[in-house]
Amino acid sequence: MAEDMVGGCPVVVIGGSAGSLTVLTGIIGALPVPLAAKIIIVLHRKNTNDVILAALLSRKTTLPVREVEDKDELLPGCIYLAPPDYHLLIETPDSFSLDSSDRVHYSRPSIDVTFISVADMFGASVIGILLSGSNSDGAKGLEYIKHRGGTTLAQDPLTAEFAFMPQQAINLHCVDRVIDGKELGKVVEGMVQG
Amino acid sequence: MDANYINDEQLDVLLNELGSLYGYDFTEYARSSMKRRVNRLLIVDKFTDFDGLLHTIKNDANYFRRFVEEITVNVTEMYRDPATFRAIREKVLPDIATHPFIRIWHAGCSTGEEVYSMAIMLHEANLLHKSLIYATDLSAMAIENIKQGVFPVSQLGKDTENYIASGGKRDFSEYYTVKNDTAIFNQNLKTKIITATHNLVSDSSFNEFQLIFCRNVLIYFNKNLQDRVLSLFDASLEKLGYLVLGTKENIRFTKVAAKFAQPDNTQKIWRKTW
Repeated sequence: MAEDMVGGCPVVVIGGSAGSLTVLTGIIGALPVPLAAKIIIVLHRKNTNDVILAALLSRKTTLPVREVEDKDELLPGCIYLAPPDYHLLIETPDSFSLDSSDRVHYSRPSIDVTFISVADMFGASVIGILLSGSNSDGAKGLEYIKHRGGTTLAQDPLTAEFAFMPQQAINLHCVDRVIDGKELGKVVEGMVQG
Repeated sequence: MDANYINDEQLDVLLNELGSLYGYDFTEYARSSMKRRVNRLLIVDKFTDFDGLLHTIKNDANYFRRFVEEITVNVTEMYRDPATFRAIREKVLPDIATHPFIRIWHAGCSTGEEVYSMAIMLHEANLLHKSLIYATDLSAMAIENIKQGVFPVSQLGKDTENYIASGGKRDFSEYYTVKNDTAIFNQNLKTKIITATHNLVSDSSFNEFQLIFCRNVLIYFNKNLQDRVLSLFDASLEKLGYLVLGTKENIRFTKVAAKFAQPDNTQKIWRKTW
């Protein structure tokens, strides 16, 4: 399958909703430079064409941050953001695809959609991380990452501004490690350094 | 859990069947979103596994039609991405207004919201009388909707907001009458809209246009097919004609890139230069 072709390069996929931005910037800021991993972020956002999120994350790292356009390359050492109003999918081991079909859990981009697509393509190389949020998006996707042999992390609901989203995943018994939001940066740094 | 998620081999089997049984070639659609839509249908239509879906598609032509609708019909709205329509209203229309006769093609326009958006803008620019708008889609159901010009009332709030954001200055309710839960758009808009089913994968160019819309359709194609469809648009555009794509689509790394210029890099509007 696909993961055999891409070797061991870790693929970190992070999903977050309400209250996840501080933790997310903590993770991004802690990433080592240069980086051998691929980083993909799906955040629930307002349905506008803003570029503020990419600019904000760029201030925390010297790694390139890019809001994905259709069929863009997916390279190690880069941070990719799902664009507002599109689902983000993995088309080949090295490229993305976008989809503007129906919302999932009232969300487009949907975290579940990207988690499932990433797990399908990269299997055991995936590290899935679900952050704060008040929506059940992401839990099923994290379960599928686990099912395909990937590693799953969730922000400790006790440290999350909105506990509901990570708690939904924990309830599915698919989370390998539940981690304090403040510690997530350090933990991810350790994992991508191998 | 795997029952709800088809694998690559199963997708290939399905795509081959669709080609040989019904003559629809989906093999160059983007695999990731094709897979996602088939997975979604497995759940929505309550198939217990992939074989159940395959069996039904092979033996039930009605279900096959539903299948095609479900995996190809896309979400759209009036004046989607209002900034794009504002640029068309303010920059593109004044330019093509000089033509004695204006031909516009909405390729893969789904249920036609953008077709009516365009007809209204042409009307407001006093150009509708000398324009023809060709609206095409793979789906016969979508085409029927465009002919009727009937849209759900539930969308009108968003439509009106988008209309205003696109630079519309009139009362948007001038353009439709509400009956029960539908908005029926005015007859005078329809007289300049020509509809037809058209498959971008297999059908060819049928006219020359000054303006082609194809928004959020190319995202469902792989790079090969994108190149072919863009060549079809190139062949269907007059010199200095305009091509409008979706906000996250780009012709940058495609075969036609050298022939097109992007006058404003914040807008996905290209102009054919030669």
